[in-house]
Amino acid sequence: MPSLSRPLSLWRRFSNLAFIGLSAGAAFLVLAPLVAIFGYLVYKGVGSINWAFLTNTPRPVGEPGGGMANAILGSVMILGLGSLIGVPLGIGSGVYMAEFGTGRYTTLVRFTADVLNGVPSIVVGIAAYALVVLPQHHFSALSGGVALGIMMIPTIARTTEEMLLMVPNSIREAALALGIPQWRTTLQVTLRTASKGVITGAMLAFARVAGETAPLLFTAFGNQFWNLNPNQPTAALPIQIFAYAISPFDEWHRQAWAGALILIFLIVVAVSAVRVVTSRGSMANNA
Amino acid sequence: MAAVPGTGEAHAPAFVVPHIELHTSRVSKYLDVLFRYSLLICSISILGVMALFFYELTSRSKLSIAKFGFHFFTGSTWDPVSGDFGALPFIYGTLVSSLVALVLAVPLAVGVSVFVTELCPRFLRGIISFTVELLAAIPSVIYGLWGIFVLAPLLRLYVEPVLAKYLGWTGLFTGPEYGIGMLAAGVILAIMIIPIIASITREVLVAVPQSQREAVLALGATRWEMVRMAVLRNARAGIMGGIILGLGRAIGETMAVTMLIGNRPEVAKSLFAPGYTMASVIANEFSEATDDLYLSALVEIGLALLIVTVIVNACARLLVWSITRSNAARNNA
Repeated sequence: MPSLSRPLSLWRRFSNLAFIGLSAGAAFLVLAPLVAIFGYLVYKGVGSINWAFLTNTPRPVGEPGGGMANAILGSVMILGLGSLIGVPLGIGSGVYMAEFGTGRYTTLVRFTADVLNGVPSIVVGIAAYALVVLPQHHFSALSGGVALGIMMIPTIARTTEEMLLMVPNSIREAALALGIPQWRTTLQVTLRTASKGVITGAMLAFARVAGETAPLLFTAFGNQFWNLNPNQPTAALPIQIFAYAISPFDEWHRQAWAGALILIFLIVVAVSAVRVVTSRGSMANNA
Repeated sequence: MAAVPGTGEAHAPAFVVPHIELHTSRVSKYLDVLFRYSLLICSISILGVMALFFYELTSRSKLSIAKFGFHFFTGSTWDPVSGDFGALPFIYGTLVSSLVALVLAVPLAVGVSVFVTELCPRFLRGIISFTVELLAAIPSVIYGLWGIFVLAPLLRLYVEPVLAKYLGWTGLFTGPEYGIGMLAAGVILAIMIIPIIASITREVLVAVPQSQREAVLALGATRWEMVRMAVLRNARAGIMGGIILGLGRAIGETMAVTMLIGNRPEVAKSLFAPGYTMASVIANEFSEATDDLYLSALVEIGLALLIVTVIVNACARLLVWSITRSNAARNNA
């Protein structure tokens, strides 16, 4: 009886092995930079973070004890302003698309949101400059907030929509059948059911814009001093990192690494804090 | 089961039909309409932002458009002092750095996606996907910082001498080895766009029906033949969409490139030479632009970037949408 299986030809065996080796190699090569970046960031950054760095404003070169405290505060302020604009508009449009969206208009909005996501951040910066800085004749935290807020809208809108579409229709129908008006059904039943995903989406958008530098260069502009007035030029952590990184001074390079580590740390803390809070909330709901 | 708040204060037993009318009172109808329209306004904001971008950038670049016309994109002098502006060196720098990035990123991104979906043990799958996604979360300015102090010296000391020795004859790898230059910008861009291409590719690879794989394996194909014939062939349009999306990101990427490309407005053939991109000239010079024409020229570069990235992203989205939709239709059928 003839055997059904023939031994594979040498070429087929070789190409198969080469393929497995190459794709495993690709995976390794992709992961290597990540490890390198994080490793180097921690290695360089940890030694440079001290109390002065976290509490002082920048000092001139040669003078010890300068820090980025004002930039950390400025970033928090700009991001707060941005979230005030981006989160409500983003969630609102996401809810509209998911709950009332049928037909061409929604498709158009969805498509525009996706395309808007790909518009370079520097272009958003120019738009915010033209919109806020030019009429006011000065740089301000507000204009930086507008730029970041605009960048958050499409991301939040799309994730909100996706999360709401996963809520089963029977839940909506149950609420409506109880005589609850549409707006309360949407806000207190549908949106609340999807709240975990919606908040995660908003946090991802927040994390994405938190590290943005380009749109802040000519909106928030940067500042060497403390500033709490949203109508004044304001320091931001990414701008400060950029300015120090391209400077020729070792001391400033050191601070740039420390600033980068703080930035990553703040992003991770913000995202995981919200994760923890929302997961607890839903557990309470489940109980 | 998710909580359904509001049910506690539910109205009278709904078995009596006439009662239902009481609850849709005029006030709540009014609130419903108000709710709906305020959400509509939110969604209009997305269209409004897009329109605003085009309006602001067009109106602020009028001066430069009127003065230089199409010559703006073919001229290669950039002289703010005498007021002569041509964007060719920036367009060239953007194109070359993005192309280098694609050449490096596409095989790696497709390779890692194939590894994750088709080959790797289950426990590694989540870890690798998560790590690749983490790459997308690192801010651009941190890539730039790492690029200046780690990548550029690495390229200067180890990679560029080797390239010059063996591939110098192509003319792409000649000249002084600074580390910083088009090659460095291309490499950092590649690292930055890999997550985008990889996540889309993984999505379309997963969408390829299992039966296709089984059919090819049943005919006696090796793993490689299965991936080539059943998986990649079915997924190529989607992978193309991912690549275009990555290209869009590479074109508009600003900070990391600005920190690594050398910022010299020249058209040089060698990848070792410093260059300049459209996004980085805006980043570097916008807040220093003193006269109206200078500012207007920079805004025009921004407008060109906007138009190109909108076209690129629109194409990519349409491609990806058409595939995921036809897949959904097939799965539902």
